[in-house]
Amino acid sequence: MNDIAAKLGMTGDQLEGLLAILVRNTVILIGVINVAAVMTLVERKVSAWMQYRHGPNRVGPWGLLQPLADGVKFIFKEVVIPYGANKPLYLLAPAMAAVPAMMTIAVIPFANDVVLFGKNWGPLAIADIDVGILYLLAIGSMSVYGVILAGWASNSKYSLLGGLRASAQMISYELSMILAILAVVALAGSINLKEIAALQASTGNPLDWFFFKQPLACFLLLVASFAETNRHPFDFAECEPELVAGFNTEYSAMKWAIFFIGEYSAMAVMSALSVVLFWGGWSVPFMPDAPWYLGFAAFLAKVSVYLFLFVWVRWTLPRFRFDQLMRIGWKVMLPLALLNLLATGAMLALFGPPGAP
Amino acid sequence: MVIESPLLAFLIVAFAVAGSMLVGAKLLRVRAKHSSPLKPTTYECGESPAGPAWVRFHARYYVVALFFVVFDIEAAFLFPWALVVREAGTAGLVAVFSFVAVLMVGWLWAVKKGALRWQ
Repeated sequence: MNDIAAKLGMTGDQLEGLLAILVRNTVILIGVINVAAVMTLVERKVSAWMQYRHGPNRVGPWGLLQPLADGVKFIFKEVVIPYGANKPLYLLAPAMAAVPAMMTIAVIPFANDVVLFGKNWGPLAIADIDVGILYLLAIGSMSVYGVILAGWASNSKYSLLGGLRASAQMISYELSMILAILAVVALAGSINLKEIAALQASTGNPLDWFFFKQPLACFLLLVASFAETNRHPFDFAECEPELVAGFNTEYSAMKWAIFFIGEYSAMAVMSALSVVLFWGGWSVPFMPDAPWYLGFAAFLAKVSVYLFLFVWVRWTLPRFRFDQLMRIGWKVMLPLALLNLLATGAMLALFGPPGAP
Repeated sequence: MVIESPLLAFLIVAFAVAGSMLVGAKLLRVRAKHSSPLKPTTYECGESPAGPAWVRFHARYYVVALFFVVFDIEAAFLFPWALVVREAGTAGLVAVFSFVAVLMVGWLWAVKKGALRWQ
C-alpha cells in the first residue's frame, strides 16, 4: 500500500482516504440507483397486490428480473426528439432533474462510525458536513428546475402545464417542509444530520426518537414529501387523466428512465431524511451499543417502511384537485407548521429542554 | 482537492452517472429505417398540434411565487433562531413572535382579499 502511494506522490494515509471516499461514493450511488430500479418493481407488485391481481411475473421468479428487462428496453429504444423542441434544454432536463436528487444522498448518515479492518473510517455518509439540513434543502429544491425545463423545452401543451403545476406545487410545500424540519432543529440544537441521529440513538430507548416529541412535524413532513416528490395524492405534474403524462409526455427511452430514477431517488432521500429526523436514524431499539452493521440494517428497514408507505398511499388515496392542493398547502400546512415551530420554540425557551436532549 | 471536498467528488460522480446513461443509450439505440413527418410531432390527442406551446399563460401562479419569496425569507430568518432557541431565551422568543405576527397579519389580509383563492 505504501509503495503504491509513494509512486503516486502521496502518503499511505492519503491514498487510504482517497480509496475510502471512492468506495463509499460508488457503493452509495449504485445502491441508490438500485433502490430506484427495485422500487419500480415494488410499485407494480404492491399495486397488483392491492388490486387483487398478479402483477409482473414473467421475467424471472416472481418477476424479480423485470427492472433489468426494463433497463435493457430503455437502453435500446429509439430516441425521438419532438418537432420544434428546444433541443439542448430538452436533453439537459432529465439530468437536471436527477442529479440534485442523487446529490442530496451525500449528507444522509446511513450508519454510525464504520469499523472495518481494525480502523475507524468515520460515519457511513459521503460527506459529514455541519450544515447538512441546509444543504439538503438547497440542493433538493433544485430538481424543480429540471421539471420546469422539461415541460417548457418539449414544446407540448401538456408538458408545459405539467411543468408549471410542478413549480407552483413545489414552492408551496417547500415552506411547510422547512418549518416542520425547523421544529426538530430547535429540539436538537443542530443542523448536522449525524448529530441529530446520534442524539436519538445515544440511550437506545425508542422513546427518545423525535417522533414522540414532534408527531405533528413528522406528519407535516410526510405530507410535504409526497408533494415535493410529485407523488400521489399530489402528483399534479404528471397526472394521467388530466395531462396525459405531464412534464414527461414527450420523453421516451433513457431520458424518461432518468426522470424516474430521479423521482425514486428523491423518494429514498425524503424517507431517509424522515428516518434520521424522527425515527432515530441508525438507532436499534434497546441496543445503544449496536455495531454499525446492525444500525445500518435498522436504518434500511425503517427506510423500507417509509418507501412502502409512499406506494401504499399512492394506491389508496384519491387525487386532490389542483386548487385544493394549493389551499391545503397555504391555508392548512403552513399555519400548522409555523404554529408547531413557535410552540416548540416557546416550550424550549421558557421551560428548558423536555426530556434528554 | 478530492479528499478535502467529498461533495465535489460526488457532484462529478453524479453527473458522470447520469451523463453516461444518456450517452450510452444514444450510442446503443435502435435507429428507425423509415421515418414519417408525423412521428416527431408533439402529443395532442392524435390531432396535429394547433400552434406552438410557447404561448402566454395565465399568471395564476404569480401570486403564489410572491408569497413563496416572502415566507422563504422568513424561514431563512427562523433558521438561526431555531438553532440557538435555548440560549436566546425570552428575548429571542419575543423578537421572533413579533416578527412572525407581522408576517401573519399580512398573510391574513391576503387570504381575506382572496389572493390565494382559485380564480
